[in-house]
Amino acid sequence: MSIVESYRLRLRRQRYRLRAQRKRRELQVVADRTHAIRPEDVLAFTTLRNERVRLPYFLDYYRRQGIGHFLMVDNGSDDGSRAFLAEQDDVSLWTTYHGYKRARYGVDWLNWLQRKYAHGHWTLVVDPDEFFVYPFCDTRPIQALTGWLDTCGLRSFSAMLIDMYPKGQIGAESYMEGQDPFEIASWFDSGNYFISRNPEYHNLWIQGGPRARAFFADNPDAAPSLNKIPLVKWRREYIYLQSTHMLLPRGLNRVYDDHGGEKTSGALLHAKFLDTLANKASEELERNQHYAGGREYRAYNEHLQDGAVLWNKWSEKYINWRQLEILGLMSKGNWA
Amino acid sequence: MLVHTALDRAAQVARHWAGSGCPVVIHADSTIPAATFDAFQADLAGHDNILFVAPRHRCEWGTWGIVGATIDASERMLAAFPDVTHVYLASGSCLPLRPVPELNAYLAARPHTDFIESATIADVDWSKGGFDNERFTLRFPFSFKRQRFLFDRFVEVQRRLGLSRPLPDGLVPHLGSQWWCLTRATLTNILEDSRREEYEQFFQNVWIPDESYFQTLARKHTWRIESRSLTLAKFDFQGKPHTFYDDHLQLLRRSDCFVARKIWPQADRLYSSLLSNDPAVTKNAEPNPGKIDRLFAQAAERRVRGRPGLYMQSRFPRHDRENGRSCGPYSVFEGFSDLFENFESWLSKTTGCRVHGHLYGPVRAEFAGGEDVANGCLSDSATLRDYNPCAFLTNLTWATRGERQCFMFGPADNQYPTAFMVGDPHAQISVITGAWAIGLFRAQMTSEDVRKEAARLQRIEQGHVKTLRATWAKARIRIWSLAEFVEAPMDRLQEVLDEISGRGARRLTEAPRLRDLTGFGQFLQELKNDGMNLHVAGDFPAGYDPAPLIPDQHRRFVVK
Repeated sequence: MSIVESYRLRLRRQRYRLRAQRKRRELQVVADRTHAIRPEDVLAFTTLRNERVRLPYFLDYYRRQGIGHFLMVDNGSDDGSRAFLAEQDDVSLWTTYHGYKRARYGVDWLNWLQRKYAHGHWTLVVDPDEFFVYPFCDTRPIQALTGWLDTCGLRSFSAMLIDMYPKGQIGAESYMEGQDPFEIASWFDSGNYFISRNPEYHNLWIQGGPRARAFFADNPDAAPSLNKIPLVKWRREYIYLQSTHMLLPRGLNRVYDDHGGEKTSGALLHAKFLDTLANKASEELERNQHYAGGREYRAYNEHLQDGAVLWNKWSEKYINWRQLEILGLMSKGNWA
Repeated sequence: MLVHTALDRAAQVARHWAGSGCPVVIHADSTIPAATFDAFQADLAGHDNILFVAPRHRCEWGTWGIVGATIDASERMLAAFPDVTHVYLASGSCLPLRPVPELNAYLAARPHTDFIESATIADVDWSKGGFDNERFTLRFPFSFKRQRFLFDRFVEVQRRLGLSRPLPDGLVPHLGSQWWCLTRATLTNILEDSRREEYEQFFQNVWIPDESYFQTLARKHTWRIESRSLTLAKFDFQGKPHTFYDDHLQLLRRSDCFVARKIWPQADRLYSSLLSNDPAVTKNAEPNPGKIDRLFAQAAERRVRGRPGLYMQSRFPRHDRENGRSCGPYSVFEGFSDLFENFESWLSKTTGCRVHGHLYGPVRAEFAGGEDVANGCLSDSATLRDYNPCAFLTNLTWATRGERQCFMFGPADNQYPTAFMVGDPHAQISVITGAWAIGLFRAQMTSEDVRKEAARLQRIEQGHVKTLRATWAKARIRIWSLAEFVEAPMDRLQEVLDEISGRGARRLTEAPRLRDLTGFGQFLQELKNDGMNLHVAGDFPAGYDPAPLIPDQHRRFVVK
């Protein structure tokens, strides 16, 4: 890497850090329990809006995985999400009514909170509809993974987004509070993902899956990115650039092996295609606070009205992480 | 017992040893804060047969401190417990897998045997990091972990100056696992050796002395060495120790090893199930870590070589580092479906492979059976496919692994994947050049359009063939002109199919039907008359009509 390029990236990182610092003024504290964070805790960071029905299962899932504390930003919910979260003992909550888009889809807010509270901790940045799966997650808590990453000297961990969908029409079955969303959306695409390498930030750019197939077949370039690096041993000088797709310094993006081997990786199961999507899509279109003018939500809105079915006869039904490993969507690497 | 973290677990194991009648001497690392250490000591105060080494050493990885601590602890053990016959070196993250009485019996049956892995440098292949003989001949005064820069520079300087130092007389350097079990006699002799000071000075500058000090000296003093460790400790491809978790319980139990390390401190199930002297849990067998070895060997293989043909979030090999571009063999047929009627279904019937149409066709990916999705939910959309044409192919071969894929290809298709396929040893490409002209001939377009289209396709095919003939080609490639092919079509087909089905395949009994080529020679001549020379089809005399195909009768009955 040339000195000029390295300096340019450094400046960019500093600029985003300053931006996050400026955006901290938009956050109002609702419940600050950060004093309860212990040095060895793995922390989860989340932004959300109107996700009340999902929250109980979300918190429960990650508590069972071993997350020590949740730091959450509520972006103007009006469905009781805030009150619910404020009552939880292991949640610290901030609220804001400022624009999601202008905070670069929430990244600025979280960058600030991570800088302030996550230094030296393993941090997991997930949306309320993303469920982290890693090798041996059914028998080993997340501390086993982070401890192993520590001994290997690894600072970041990749978990690709896998869109899960129901067998019938999206929204045909309603999601009940506390329910495992993958009882409804239990299907996924096992092998239609295409990858390229981003020469600037050295991350992989992964697209594909049901969204590319069903909504973006005519314009694949606009299909959503599925590459994610949600688990990072955070240091205050790090920043997320765009959602959790990539980070700076860019060495953190090297979560893949380019000499033919496989590094260890996980997956984020994406419980987006539930009955909650229809409301969300029309609401988000109205607010126009989403990426690229919400073209994604526009596409959903069109297709949902036609009663879209993402399922086909080659869809795989989700069983466990070992299945994802065998299908080649994630890898144990040398963790045995 | 050398201890530096997870003191509660170390205490638990120490209590188990002591409670089973084995005296324990503990050396705690000097980095453990005094208050923590005091609590640890108080926790074990009730046991008379647990002693502590003072002063505490700093046991940094790869340094003399570990050996120093071991020596001090050994001296303490031999002095304080005269009845001890064997000394077992363990760490705080070691866990006994079998009842202690079984270990006692095992050692009592072999009273003069030292269990210490000890091999000469020439024989050892597990030393990771590039130092073999240099471990002993160079000096290593700097810390590998904290002073990496100085460490590397100092090694470099010594190498450049050709510095090396002699070994103490009479010593043959040996290496082996740090965890040993020595007899009282051997250990006493090592500690009371008249040249111990000289040896210590030498080993203080050796790289990772804990893997060589006792291993070398035991050779000098032993009665009988069994060169293996009783402690099951596995290392990954970077030389870091593997950790055992709760889900390894059955594997550890069946290994019949006496002690394993490292155990994850939070592995509650391992500690609660294995830390027992219940004789029912084991069957008194010889240690057999074979299964565990395989598990970790597979893990290393996965990490270093990966699964060939897989492209995913944590495996994205650079060009030529793929170790297999695609996941399995596939066949590409060019011109065959133009020359033969219903070639796809004939091929699928004959070979049992999955036969697709033109996967890279301009309108859509023509999957077998006209499906609009294929394995792995691969879409037939041409736009999606052309967004990353090579990934389309690798996805298809990955999702259908175990089943050979065949597909048609031609100059009207997306040509982008040509170079990828040509460089792929899994590809079998068979080309009949100029056969696409049969399509034009049958479509009976007006001559102006035909000429233009023919010129375009011929240009594309020429480029394609040029790539196929590249020196770097790795695929199995066969190229015939149409004229050449129709001279002996059955022999050519047989040659291709033999390669697909392997040796011992059946002779063809049912021949595919050639299309009616009556007038094709004339058609080519007319094109030529219009100024368009379709030379890729080869020399096709006007008025030549190939005879219908007959399977090779006499060779069908060759006795094997």
